[in-house]
Formats: sequence, C-alpha cells, structure tokens
Amino acid sequence: MKLLTVIAAAGLVASTSAIAADPHLARNLAATCANCHGTNGHAVKGSGMDSLAGMEKAKTLQKLADFKSGDKPASIMHQITKGYTDEQLDLIAGYFAAQK
Amino acid sequence: MLLMKRRDFLKTGAAAGALASLYGCAGGNKAGGHVVVVGGGYGGATVAKYLRMWSEGAVQVTLIERNPTFISCPISNLVIGGTKTMEDITVSYDGLKNKWGVRVIQDDVVAVDAAKRTISLKAGGAMSYDRLVLSPGVDFMFDQIGGLDNADAQGKILHAWKAGAQTVALRKQLEDMKDGGTYAISIPKAPYRCPPGPYERACLVADYFKKNKPKSKVVILDANEDVMSKKALFTKAWSDLYKGMVEYRNNSEVKEVDVASKTAMLEFDKFKADVLNIIPPHRAGNIAASAGLKLINKRWVDVNWLSMESTSTPGVHVLGDAVFPAPTMPKSGHMANQHGKLAAAAILNLLAGQEPNPAPVVMNTCYSFVDSKNVIHVSSIHQYDAATKLVQPVKGAGGVSAARNELEGKVALGWAKNIWADMLA
Repeated sequence: MKLLTVIAAAGLVASTSAIAADPHLARNLAATCANCHGTNGHAVKGSGMDSLAGMEKAKTLQKLADFKSGDKPASIMHQITKGYTDEQLDLIAGYFAAQK
Repeated sequence: MLLMKRRDFLKTGAAAGALASLYGCAGGNKAGGHVVVVGGGYGGATVAKYLRMWSEGAVQVTLIERNPTFISCPISNLVIGGTKTMEDITVSYDGLKNKWGVRVIQDDVVAVDAAKRTISLKAGGAMSYDRLVLSPGVDFMFDQIGGLDNADAQGKILHAWKAGAQTVALRKQLEDMKDGGTYAISIPKAPYRCPPGPYERACLVADYFKKNKPKSKVVILDANEDVMSKKALFTKAWSDLYKGMVEYRNNSEVKEVDVASKTAMLEFDKFKADVLNIIPPHRAGNIAASAGLKLINKRWVDVNWLSMESTSTPGVHVLGDAVFPAPTMPKSGHMANQHGKLAAAAILNLLAGQEPNPAPVVMNTCYSFVDSKNVIHVSSIHQYDAATKLVQPVKGAGGVSAARNELEGKVALGWAKNIWADMLA
C-alpha cells in the first residue's frame, strides 16, 4: 500500500513537471486536422482534400510555413496555421509523416 | 457486486498508469474500461470511434442513439433549398459497428445515476459505465413561444433545426407555397446551434425562389441585434444575389405564433407568412438536466476544458452544442467533433490513471452556401489557457472568406465527406 502511494506520487510529479508533455500530444494535435484531411491524414478519395498521411515531414512543414507567412495562397489554411505554434506544427507534421 | 468489481479494476488501472509514467513509458492508452456514449451525432460518433481507435480496442464502447441512421445538419440547408436529397446527408452506423467494434444500441436513455455509474434505457434495463459521455445536442424551449407548446402546432410551424423529418417537411411547405408568397425564418437570441445556419438557409430558400418562384420573398426575423456570423459576406449576398427578395429585421424576437394564420407576434409588431419557420430558443438536451449536471443560465452544461467532464458530476463528460461555450466558440458539428477527440484523449488518460493532456487545442471551420454553388467560411482556433482554465481563441488566427466563391463550394462538400468519415467510417 505504501509502495503504491509512493509510486502514485512519483507519477503525479512526473506528469505535472512535464507540462505539455502528454505522450499523445502529437496524435491529439494531428486529430484536429482530421475533420478535413481525414482520420490520421487519410482523406476520403475523390473528396478533393489533401491526404497528409505519409507525407515527408519537411515537405509538410514547408507548406505550413508558406501558408503561415502568406507566401502560399490559400482559401483557409493561411488562417488556420496561424492558430498553432511552430512547435505544434512540427509535432503535427511529424505525426502525419509516420502514418502509413 | 458488479460495481465493486469495476472499482477494483479501476484502482488496478490507476496503479498501472502511475507505474507507466514513472518509467516514462507512454503506455499506449491501452487501459480497459467501459464507456457509454449517449447520442450519435457529430460529438458522440466521434468520441466512440476515437476511443476504440486510440485504445486499439482495449476500451469497450456502447453508443446509444435514438435514430437508426446519422442525418447531418450541416448540408441539410441544401436539401431545403432543393439541390441535395436526404440520402446525400444520411450515413449509416455500420462503420462504427463493423469496423470499429462499437456496440450501437437504438434506444433512448431515460435516467443517469452518476453516483452508481449506471444509465437506464427507455426499452428497459440498465447499464453500468466507467465513464459516461453525453452528446445530446439541443432540445427546444417551446414554452418560450406562445402557441407553440403543443404537438399540433409543432407539426405545422417547423424549426427544421434538427435534420430529419422536419427537413423534408419544410422543403414540402416551400414546394407547396404559391409564387408571390413569403417565407419567414426566426432566429433565437444567441447562443444557438450553428450561428450562420439561419442566414445560410435564408440564402438557399431565396436561391430556390429566384429560380422557381421569383415573386416570392424571404424575411429574417432575428432576435439578435445584428447578423451573428459572417455579416459582411451574408449582407453582400443578399444585396448582390437577392436584391428586393431578402429582408433582414434585427431585434425581432418572436414571442408568440398564431398557427392557423401563420403569424409571428413580435413585441410591438406582427408578421404574417405563407411558410413560417420558427427556430425556438434551445438548451442542452434534456438528459443533461435530468442527470443533475450543473447548468449555466439553466441551459448549458459547465465543463472542464481539459477533459470535457462536467464540473459538478465526476465521470460524466459532455460534448458539442449542449456545452456552455468557451469564449467565441460556436455551437457547430465541426466543434462537437473536436470536443469528441479532446474527450477521447482525456478519458483514455483517466482510465489509465494519468492526467488529461494539459494543452488541448480545438478548432472550427464552418462553410455556408449563399447559393447552390458559392460558399463563405469562418474559422477559428482555440488553445487551452491555464490562467482562465478555458480554451481561448488565438488572436490573429482564423477569419472569414475574402469573398464568396465556387472553389469553397467544392471544399465545403469535401469537408462533409471527410468529417462524416472521420466520425463514422
């Protein structure tokens, strides 16, 4: 019982000392894109939306940066990219790159 | 006895979670448990699928939904305008059942016992849960509009603000209306489901009239001071596309209706229409109040934005339109889907004895048709702010379309295909 309490306390410290370090953060952030780009980046075929699954991380990041800066014209992505930090975009691009 | 066993199981799960975080191991969100989801709309279907997917099947999910199929509110204004059919906005629950292993039960939940962690079904019987998710959408406050608090009146003066039989019925009323008639739509005070939806509907009815009944009129009776969403873009559509056909009246709250003459009574005025479409004020689906959850303004559920859990009732998470919105957050299907994912991630952490993600993000995109092809959007991104304990809109992000355009008309239909698949396929 005592051992369990110690372990639980250690777990609490580990999770609070690492704010924004949820092990599933990248997954959770990428899921906010799925409404338009499909679950895990697999867009519905023929829907006209870009599939992001398996796209090289650097390529996705470059696109996102170009949307954010306004270099790449867009109907909506220039507005959406501005809502995420660069660290969050990095996690999102990494998550999609890892999808088969 | 069953409940005791479940509690024991939960304790074990919590200990395992603590061990996992001690060793810096993600743990894969594979702790078990039984989650009951009430309501299979944009929020409920999403949380059901994502719980199964992210737990790799470790969490059992039961979805209780009263309708046999999912019918989408977004895109349903195109059915009312006559360019889409009910079939186009209807999706089966088979994907959730067969691909994701969600147990889907067509029934109504009549009671929640949050202390015992059980729900009771209308068809009889009870079910226990480790975590409960309520995604009940809205129920209408018919008692707020005189003359509308009976079934006969509600069958004639339609809201069509839940897609389904009323969508078909409103379309029929418009088809039956003579050329030269007037369609009036009333909008309740905010917050209400889908802020741009009534203005979109006014556009699409006007589009139908323009092509088929050009002497007819559309009148918007808005209880609010001004157009609540995409104002400049809607106003431009009315003047460019429907000049002399669409009339907008602000501060025009409907207090009472006369069903026989299809007359809407305002505070100092009255308005007679040929097709009268009244959207009554609404509140969180009735199950929220009957479950004893804390409501704000007696209407909307107060939630913790790290988990979507009720602030008053542990173990009960609430999604979508039923929730008291965070600042500038719209009540939309897209947002309900995002709530579903936030809740799924939090529930899996909690079942594993871990804290919810301390930095959740949700975002919204909403497309509105101003005619059968041209669309305008509004978007926003909301990040959790520890100081206010709310998800707050990111300043300088999001926004609206520069102008109505056909490209976004295609994107809007692509959005629908993808979000329906994200929930149900």
